[in-house]
Amino acid sequence: MKSLLKLVLAACAAAALAGCSSTPETAAPVENRTSTSDTTPVAPNAGTSGANTTAGAAGSTIPTPASGVNALRDPRSPLSRREIFYDYDSFTVRDEYKPLLEAHAAYLKQNRNARIKVEGNTDERGSREYNLALGQKRSESVKRVLTLLGVSESQIDTVSFGEEKPKNPASTEAAYAENRRCDLAYAGE
Amino acid sequence: MNSFSFRSLALLGMLLVSVAARAQLTIDIVGVGAQQIPVAVAGFAGSDASAQQMSAVIEADLARSGLIKTVNSNGLPKSGDISAIPFSELKTRGADATVIGSLAPAANGLIAVSFRLVDVPKQEQLTGLVFNVADKDLRATAHRIADIVYERLTGEKGVFSTRLAYVAKSPGRFQLIVADSDGFNAIPVVNSVEPIISPSWSPDGSRLAYVSFEGRKPSVYVQNVSTGQRALLTRASGNQSAPAWSPNGDRIVFASSQAGGTQLFVAGADGSNATRLTNSGAIDTAPNWAPDGRIYFMSDRGGSPQIYRISGDGGNAERVTFEGNDNANPRVAADGKSMVFVKREGSRYMLAVQDFASRQVQVLTQGPVDESPSFAPNGKLIVYASVYNGKGILAAVSADGRVKQRLGASNADVREPAWGPLPK
Repeated sequence: MKSLLKLVLAACAAAALAGCSSTPETAAPVENRTSTSDTTPVAPNAGTSGANTTAGAAGSTIPTPASGVNALRDPRSPLSRREIFYDYDSFTVRDEYKPLLEAHAAYLKQNRNARIKVEGNTDERGSREYNLALGQKRSESVKRVLTLLGVSESQIDTVSFGEEKPKNPASTEAAYAENRRCDLAYAGE
Repeated sequence: MNSFSFRSLALLGMLLVSVAARAQLTIDIVGVGAQQIPVAVAGFAGSDASAQQMSAVIEADLARSGLIKTVNSNGLPKSGDISAIPFSELKTRGADATVIGSLAPAANGLIAVSFRLVDVPKQEQLTGLVFNVADKDLRATAHRIADIVYERLTGEKGVFSTRLAYVAKSPGRFQLIVADSDGFNAIPVVNSVEPIISPSWSPDGSRLAYVSFEGRKPSVYVQNVSTGQRALLTRASGNQSAPAWSPNGDRIVFASSQAGGTQLFVAGADGSNATRLTNSGAIDTAPNWAPDGRIYFMSDRGGSPQIYRISGDGGNAERVTFEGNDNANPRVAADGKSMVFVKREGSRYMLAVQDFASRQVQVLTQGPVDESPSFAPNGKLIVYASVYNGKGILAAVSADGRVKQRLGASNADVREPAWGPLPK
């Protein structure tokens, strides 16, 4: 029974992944434009046919909007990856984060009611006030990438925590690298 | 006298407002200045514990000033009379001046505290006063006496009756604390599970502006210190940070991301009429309003963080620092002639002072992590945040860099000091 469940989950995850990789293409946005914002739960299922139908089925005990939430939480989905790391004193989004941000952009375009918060963080070096501003630049750099990928500005909030909420409080290079980061958080998660 | 009792009332008010204070600072002097005036503070005559505390507080204040060296006072007579002073013994101990005093019961349950400052070589009184105070105000009276002694001997205003604000961080808790300049009477005025940074005193010492993250983003609050009443400075979108008061206390300059990036805005102290001050497209933050009305701030508009200044009414900014490639967090001295700032060299963050007339820069501390400098209102001492044994501590350095002191809290990590103004 357990292994069967695992199999089903794996299948769902694979399907979700397939669905995601196809989303940057035209299908989903077109569906979105036809379906108005308050009917968004329908759009993903329609847009990516079989793939999202299984995702929906897996979450069928939960109200329908949960299909999107499941995709966000699926550890196999790029949508579950929420961290973007930076070089020292830099707010440039490195190329390696392009696929991740493309996946989030696709999701946000499919789900026009979804809102994402980009939280900028820095390491502890430098003044607290400067780091608050640097964290803001980092969060705005992610916002810029998302809007260039077609996400509406109104779906994106930016905030900076500067150096005040370190993920790793140690004063080591490894900790600094962990703390130079933007976190992505969806409203209602 | 009148103004003094009024201040005592304000202090009492503060004590009543909040209850638990617990991040008391202890002071540890680690440097020695060059020309220090040797002074013997003899024990005060009167009921033991209080009299003992009086002279101990005065002695510690004077020692902390950096300009005065306290001479061993063991075995000196505890008397307020000049006739009882053993002048030849004081000469042997190397004292140029001595403080004597007494405590005696006065009318209405008050205590009469009298003191004299006496020139040892000339054997004559330099100054002397009597205060009638309540028992709870003895410590404040000792600070007042230390201020008078310090001013008489050095010609500079004493800052022992001032207050410090700072942030204490313990696991899962941030407190904005207000304490006497010697770290005693530490009273938390804000308790939060979210970070608090950048406290800034209003010029009259009645209010603190600070940044709290309690709303899941950085926001500026303005709080009445004695009543605890507070308000958001602005409900604008984005992050609001780094508040600083205008010299007359009617306006606040702050950094905001409301228009994208981080730029400086000026508003009334009640948040009214907010207008944008800078327009650089770069990071502009950490403003400080100088006595001449200009605002000093840090900006990376030239490629690296440097210090600039701009009229409080806007216009073009002028670059002020040219040495090094990372200069941050300017604070202008009360006389407007110099500023202290944080200078990075390699991976070390150190305090430096720049004289505006000569443009000369003097490095005051060696780091490696010295930040958030704040001038004492007499411009002679600078309190700052440092790290000692892996823990955040407060430290103070004399403006000439010669005397350094550590102000250590018992358990919490302490940071973000702001030195309050002289009491009215």
